[in-house]
Amino acid sequence: MNFNLTLITQALVFAAFIWFTVRFVWPPLLRAIEARQKRIADGLAAAEQGKKSLESSSRQAELAITEARSRAAEIVAQAEKRGSQVLEEAKAAAKAEGDREKAAAKADIQQEAQRAREQLREQVAALAVAGAEKILRREVDARAHAELLDGIKKQL
Amino acid sequence: MAAGKELNPTEYIGHHLTHDARPFLGDGGFWTLHVDSVMVSILLGLVGIGFLWWIVRGASAGVPNKRQAFVELLVGFVDDQAKGIFRHGDRNAFVAPAALTVFVWVLLMNSMDFLPVDIVAKGTHLISAEGFRIVPTADINTTFALALSVWFLMLWFSVKAKGFGGWMHELLCAPFGAKLFPLNLLFNAIEYLSKPLSHSLRLYGNMYAGEIIFLLLWLLAAAGLGWAGLSFLLALGWAIFHILIVALQAYVFMMLTIVYFAMAHEHH
Repeated sequence: MNFNLTLITQALVFAAFIWFTVRFVWPPLLRAIEARQKRIADGLAAAEQGKKSLESSSRQAELAITEARSRAAEIVAQAEKRGSQVLEEAKAAAKAEGDREKAAAKADIQQEAQRAREQLREQVAALAVAGAEKILRREVDARAHAELLDGIKKQL
Repeated sequence: MAAGKELNPTEYIGHHLTHDARPFLGDGGFWTLHVDSVMVSILLGLVGIGFLWWIVRGASAGVPNKRQAFVELLVGFVDDQAKGIFRHGDRNAFVAPAALTVFVWVLLMNSMDFLPVDIVAKGTHLISAEGFRIVPTADINTTFALALSVWFLMLWFSVKAKGFGGWMHELLCAPFGAKLFPLNLLFNAIEYLSKPLSHSLRLYGNMYAGEIIFLLLWLLAAAGLGWAGLSFLLALGWAIFHILIVALQAYVFMMLTIVYFAMAHEHH
């Protein structure tokens, strides 16, 4: 073992290399690694956040759907109610119309009967005049006796 | 092998275990520099740390490309070790990047053991014909340089964490209490001595032994064609096993570095 100047030189070289590594090699790589770690952590946090917001929004969507469904059911019920109401109204209107038509028809019939009765009376009067003519065996001057004949007609 | 000369086995091994030592001041002695260790280690440090720097400069916080993913894997591996052991403050300020430096650098220096010495020597003879060792961690100066640097840093962290008074108090009063202070001092002195020794000698011993075993296998190959075949098989086996040792020793050296820094911050 012969120690010599090599020892001191190598120690200085060693010190220089350590200094260089401490100063120029370690920090940039450490920065890069730490920046990447931070990015990964941020990414994971963002993913977690996204998962959470997805959960809450899907819960909200569910709520909205439930509400919409109940609202729809309500609307359907209302529509059904309204429909039956309209039906009832239509029924009532139809019934009223029917009644009105029936009444009109009745009035027509009565009128017709009245007219027929009138006709019948006139014919009976004519018949009666004819009969009277026959009885009197002579011509009745229609013009001379019109007043008389009208009176008979009216009596019939 | 030195060009044009027949070497006997002892000379062959001796040659490969000779540093390219050049006197820096006067006629050497302590002021000798192992040019090979220093050159190779600086080159490998530039390649390893430079590669990391090149990737890290363009590091994106988004999806990393394959190169960045590889570097992040490496850094993550080192950082996990630092995170598990060092719990005394911001490891990013010093301990983790220092551990990364140690791991990458020592791993690359150890890996030089895989290069076949006699082929590499064809190139390194241009630098030095006398000898050129390409495994800086098989040079005790390198391993001690690293271990002593860690040791001084450990002392400094210790004093910084507890104050000089607190550090002295621990030196005298732990682990047996104030009444047995000479025993405590002895214990702590042994501990402080053993740390850099075990730290550096473990790495040095493993790499040096690996180098020698390879050299012995190459010597076997020189004994004849049949021996060369056997040497090939044995060297293949040893190289595969050595991959484990190279990586394991780099890992152990890094772990001990982190452990020593962590221990420096612990209060007793």
